[in-house]
Amino acid sequence: MDPAEAQSFAARPGRWPEEGHTRIPSWIYTDPEIFRREMDVFFAGKTWNYVGLDCEVPEPGCYKRQWIGTRPVVMVRNQAGEINVFENRCAHRQAQICWQNTGRVKDFTCPYHQWNYSLDGRLVGMPFRRGQRGQGGMPADFDLNAHGLARLRTVNRGGMVWASFAHDGPSFEAYCGPEVLAEIDHVFSGRELVLMGYSRQLIPANWKTYLENLKDPYHATLLHTFYITFGLWRADSESACIPTEGGKHSVMISHNRGKKVTETTSEMNRFRGDFQLLDMETVTPVREFNESRVGGAWIFPAAQIGIQANSLKVRHVIPRSPGEHELVFTYFGFADDSEDLKRLRLKHANLLGPAGFVSMDDSEMLKQVQEGAAGYPESLGVIEMGGKDLEPTDYMVTEVMIRAFYAWYREQMGL
Amino acid sequence: MTRRLSEAAVLRAQLREFYEDYAACLDAQDLERWPDFFTEDARYRVLPKENHDAGLPLSLIYAENRNMIRDRVVALRETTVYEPRALRHFVSGVRPVAVEGTTIRAEANVLVVESLSDREPVVSLVGRYLDTIVETDAGFLLKDRCCVIDNYRIRNSLIIPV
Repeated sequence: MDPAEAQSFAARPGRWPEEGHTRIPSWIYTDPEIFRREMDVFFAGKTWNYVGLDCEVPEPGCYKRQWIGTRPVVMVRNQAGEINVFENRCAHRQAQICWQNTGRVKDFTCPYHQWNYSLDGRLVGMPFRRGQRGQGGMPADFDLNAHGLARLRTVNRGGMVWASFAHDGPSFEAYCGPEVLAEIDHVFSGRELVLMGYSRQLIPANWKTYLENLKDPYHATLLHTFYITFGLWRADSESACIPTEGGKHSVMISHNRGKKVTETTSEMNRFRGDFQLLDMETVTPVREFNESRVGGAWIFPAAQIGIQANSLKVRHVIPRSPGEHELVFTYFGFADDSEDLKRLRLKHANLLGPAGFVSMDDSEMLKQVQEGAAGYPESLGVIEMGGKDLEPTDYMVTEVMIRAFYAWYREQMGL
Repeated sequence: MTRRLSEAAVLRAQLREFYEDYAACLDAQDLERWPDFFTEDARYRVLPKENHDAGLPLSLIYAENRNMIRDRVVALRETTVYEPRALRHFVSGVRPVAVEGTTIRAEANVLVVESLSDREPVVSLVGRYLDTIVETDAGFLLKDRCCVIDNYRIRNSLIIPV
């Protein structure tokens, strides 16, 4: 950012506190100017954004509607079997050309004036191009090739489709860095994917509160009784909290270890030794490729690859306004899963999403965070658990990934 | 003048009563009584229309037996952190679709209005029940309840089952 612009921008809502990355000013969750800038700098900027899984568009003509930040896009498989991502708007008057979450078409026709596009996004033609009875029509020099659907840079890595608005940005590999790439490749290793379905919820909180939530293993070991009690996520499991690429991304890992009482459980007020389920399979994973290693990577700006028990999913955040974001879980399995494993993946999805035994706590909590922050925009979040530094840890009682993120965020936003 | 109800009308009235009792149980958040509406081997699912129409099995709530239904009640009571809320369930269009012996397939519409302590009431969800009901000595019981919700997305959280 131009320094003069950065300065005037930074002066607008307020100054970042002197303490730096151990404090978060609450106005970043509410200020419309900050939100607008995030959409431009991050989502429409030199980032790579999660769009979908290749199994969502299995055949030529299959499409999926998606949003990158506030921008509508569509992912489509062409006749050659390649997947492209386009802006979901007609080159004529910007009407969305794709009105459903998923579907299959031969080509795209905007209903408004019937401009017609191939699956490659090329403008093929429109009615009355030559006018009618010698009257009207497009100018003779109108170039169809200059008015196709705007295309994003697209990468398919192991069945995961990513797109970038920045044609001069870094490669996907350089953007992710080795730690995040390893996490992607671990889950998306080339095994054929099977889509299991979606959950979508509208959380009345700024999108960064969710990003922080996924960089905050400290809360998970306290708030989520379900996790703690059944050993799915505990402070005393072997773990790793790794900010990567200067704090932009992060990798957070734990292990499913089952129910047990240790000296740490006395610190966990919400550990419930007496709490049992009638159907323990809900919290009992079978061993598979990940060898009980759970968690995953947050890939900035808005995606997380996550394993919990035998549920596999991509979380995707769609910011809708400063005070609201949509959270989408896309659940999947593998084509070679046994019937029993398929069943367990569905069963363990009970932990997550809007009705999830664990996730319900989060969506309820984030609303409270937003309300408190909105009422006191000058207040400061205190991010000192685990110290003030930005070094990776092999324990969970830390906020290092949030600190590292905000150190990076301030620089990018010129705050 | 008295008018005799046809057998079909009696069944409809009985079903209507069953659905209203179920709704009243959830309105009262009398969750401990909720599993009693199901058979021991019952399946219970709440899933978005998006998944249902595409044949995708992923459900927001998925119970493959009554124990899982009971577990959800205990989890809500003992472990879940959530903001208190009032809910009203409006069930309409209850109708049997097929009857075979003591097994009845039935459908109904459902609308849930949610009121939080600091907000005006909102439609939390709207959808339909696709049910298999069995008639037992103790009355009707749900053997399979599939609640397909029209919502594109859930408004924040889905705490109380539908």
